[in-house]
Amino acid sequence: MFPIVHARQLSDSVFELGVQAPAIAAKAKAGQFLMLRIAEGGERIPLTFSDWSAKEGWIRFIFMRVGKTTHHLSHLCVGDSLADVVGPLGVPTHVEGIGRAVVVGGGVGAAVAYPVARAMCDAGAEVTVIVGARNADLLILEDEFRALPLKELIITTDDGSAGRKDLVTAPLKELCEARAVDHAMAIGPVIMMKFCAATTREFGVPTVVSLNPIMVDGTGMCGACRCTVGGETKFGCVDGPDFDGHQVDFEELMNRQRVYNDLEREADADYSRKCSCHQ
Amino acid sequence: MPPVDETAADRPRRKPSRAPRTPMPERSAIERARDFDEVTLGYTEEMARAEAERCLQCKVPTCIEGCPVNIDIKSFIGHMIEGDYTNAVSVLKERNALPAVCGRVCPQEEQCESRCVLAKKGESVAIGRLERWLGDFDLTCELEHRCIPQVGPDSGKRVAIVGSGPAGLACAGELRRFGHAVTIFESLHATGGVLTYGIPEFRLPKHIVQAEVGLLEEMGVEIRCDMVIGATYTLDELMTAEGYDAVFVGNGAGLPVFMNIPGENLNGVYSANEFLTRVNLMRAYEFPKADTPVMRGRKVAVVGGGNVAMDSARTAKRLGAEEVFLVYRRTADEMPARKEEVHHAREEGVEFKMLCSPEAILGSDGWVTGMTATRMELGEPDASGRRAPVCVMDSEFVIDCDTVIMAIGTRANPLLTQTTPDLEVSNRGYVVVDENGATSKPGVFAGGDIVTGSATVILAMGAGKRAARSIDEWLAGAAG
Ligand SMILES: Cc1cc2nc3c(=O)[nH]c(=O)nc-3n(C[C@H](O)[C@H](O)[C@H](O)COP(=O)(O)OP(=O)(O)OC[C@H]3O[C@@H](n4cnc5c(N)ncnc54)[C@H](O)[C@@H]3O)c2cc1C
Ligand SMILES: Cc1cc2nc3c(=O)[nH]c(=O)nc-3n(C[C@H](O)[C@H](O)[C@H](O)COP(=O)(O)OP(=O)(O)OC[C@H]3O[C@@H](n4cnc5c(N)ncnc54)[C@H](O)[C@@H]3O)c2cc1C
Ligand code: SF4
Ligand code: SF4
Ligand code: FES
Repeated sequence: MFPIVHARQLSDSVFELGVQAPAIAAKAKAGQFLMLRIAEGGERIPLTFSDWSAKEGWIRFIFMRVGKTTHHLSHLCVGDSLADVVGPLGVPTHVEGIGRAVVVGGGVGAAVAYPVARAMCDAGAEVTVIVGARNADLLILEDEFRALPLKELIITTDDGSAGRKDLVTAPLKELCEARAVDHAMAIGPVIMMKFCAATTREFGVPTVVSLNPIMVDGTGMCGACRCTVGGETKFGCVDGPDFDGHQVDFEELMNRQRVYNDLEREADADYSRKCSCHQ
Repeated sequence: MPPVDETAADRPRRKPSRAPRTPMPERSAIERARDFDEVTLGYTEEMARAEAERCLQCKVPTCIEGCPVNIDIKSFIGHMIEGDYTNAVSVLKERNALPAVCGRVCPQEEQCESRCVLAKKGESVAIGRLERWLGDFDLTCELEHRCIPQVGPDSGKRVAIVGSGPAGLACAGELRRFGHAVTIFESLHATGGVLTYGIPEFRLPKHIVQAEVGLLEEMGVEIRCDMVIGATYTLDELMTAEGYDAVFVGNGAGLPVFMNIPGENLNGVYSANEFLTRVNLMRAYEFPKADTPVMRGRKVAVVGGGNVAMDSARTAKRLGAEEVFLVYRRTADEMPARKEEVHHAREEGVEFKMLCSPEAILGSDGWVTGMTATRMELGEPDASGRRAPVCVMDSEFVIDCDTVIMAIGTRANPLLTQTTPDLEVSNRGYVVVDENGATSKPGVFAGGDIVTGSATVILAMGAGKRAARSIDEWLAGAAG
């Protein structure tokens, strides 16, 4: 069992939890993820580390409430525990020797962008961060980003309620045009990563994206997470989750992500009925 | 050599029964193809006794040579004939820690039973079924009456085992008998390896696997799930920071293989591993009671001809498929699956499309709508002695289906070996060992599917036990 030692709500639908998991905390690196299962009968879901302390033996992750498992997770508090937490999984994000970098985090993707930006700063890169959200209420981790030694933090919202009224691709394009970046990393909804990669492509700026295909085991034994990258099939959990954004077949990924949508709605409705006490 | 059973020679001479082989009671195909309960029901005590009576108690029991772990078959059947089940079970457990499992899934007909003298007349003693009955008998006893092998005096040595499949479990049990402390590190949240995530409930109930694993825990084997070796700890860290004196690698061959044909990433295409893991490990057949979903295809095409393909096809049927096709390149005679499984699959209505090779998976709007295949015919025998299938010109046709399950094999998962650079692997990624199960890395041993590629439960267990003996010798040498 993995005891929950930290819980906070970041926005209406975004939450952070921390669990005691010393062996994993000792190993976690930016860009890696964990698989968790809340209890017997639960689904195994992947979530990226948002923070960790090797010294104190805890790890944290930030998640958006989208379906049954994240819904259930959002109801847990300090003192509860998770049945299973496995990790660290996936190849860590490449942060060494990358010069001038821009890290783009969209929506809950900001949670993944934060440790990546931090690791890049630690590795001596000059880092600009673009955080995008639909509106000010959904903006997360602003204070944490401000505490990093960034070159610049650019905030965009769809409705202009915070930062610039723009999509993340607008400032990204300006940075590329100004020849101000050597390396880009985009993390967020697939559609956002697709447009970020399209933006940087014409400027030849190498762009890494962090993919989020559906997973079951997270260790390379099922193939649920397969993605096409450069015409080849890759397993997101062991070959990624980071891939060359200019090579990824985003259409296929979007298609594969919706396989269980109908079934998942059924499961979440079932859960909501059972736990109406929380509403 | 198996231990000689002294008492056997003194037994009064008896006349073996001349009755035919006792049939296995099983549920009707119509009934069982709708649920996940076990297909075969197992012998009753009367049936088991009657079947045991058929054994000739041969002077030279050739059956024993047919068993990869050399269970003293003659002796355990001898005890059964006398109604002494407790001793029968201990003879079994002397060689096999998982009799209730092996009695169900061993390809007995090719192993022990094929070497029984009665096999020549086509009616070998049903050794596997007797083993299953005894294994189940043991599991129904109160814990204090169960047969738990004697643990050796504490040696002060600690051994780490990677993987809780049959190889790791057998190795663990054996090492405890030698008195070594044992910890199994398992990457999934449940133990058993393929026994748990691969072989379906209707062939091998999971409570049986868990009960037999539980007995190993009674022997003092420590099990740590959610531990991916190569990620949570590297193999080197097990031997340094974690202080283990030796390691056994039994992580199986769990990496699914695809055909690399067009359309393979469409929604509706599964590897058999994913499909079976969702259903068995994650219990998707109970969705939404269990949270993990699985697509329930109406028309399902399963590609392959081994046990994995049979299990996938029969599982698809149980999930409610109207039609399930098994698409195989050769003929039914060449199928590597056990005959019993093929027979059961046919009875349950799985349709066999033999001599067909998939060419492409067809889709519309991102979902599978069919599969094109070419007809094959058998040509000249290839290196393996099997007649190689060759395409028939212009014979392409379409199979109407909404789900495709690829059951064409698995390979070694590189997660562990990539993080252990000094562990020698073959060009296909399998761990290289000598005849004692020792790898190129001192103190590290390996066995099971990660060495041989996909094989059988009992071969993996045999390899685990052999490695345990080598580990015991190595630890003695390392100490002195
Ligand atoms: C490597 C990786 C890292 C991720 N990191 C984060 C993160 O830091 N924060 C965050 O909020 N989300 C992250 N996700 C996505 C997160 O795993 C899904 O949102 C979660 O599984 C949804 O589960 P659910 O039961 O609540 O929703 P469901 O109703 O089950 O699903 C909603 C949608 O989530 C996706 N999804 C469902 N199950 C899985 C699964 N087992 N694996 C992957 N995707 C699934 C599907 O697209 C599905 O349609 C990550 C995904 C991957 C692959
Ligand atoms: C669907 C199916 C049906 C089968 N039917 C039969 C049958 O009827 N009869 C028969 O004899 N054989 C059958 N087999 C074959 C048999 O199951 C295997 O040969 C046998 O299980 C191999 O045992 P193993 O211990 O080597 O590996 P596995 O059973 O694969 O176990 C390996 C274990 O290691 C774990 N692991 C992997 N990597 C790591 C890591 N890095 N760190 C920690 N743990 C790790 C895995 O999660 C797994 O639990 C079948 C196989 C399949 C897939
Ligand atoms: S373990 Fe398998 S081969 Fe050996 S006796 Fe039992 S059924 Fe036969
Ligand atoms: S060979 Fe057959 S008859 Fe002879 S001892 Fe073995 S099981 Fe009995
Ligand atoms: S999640 Fe199973 S192989 Fe990647």
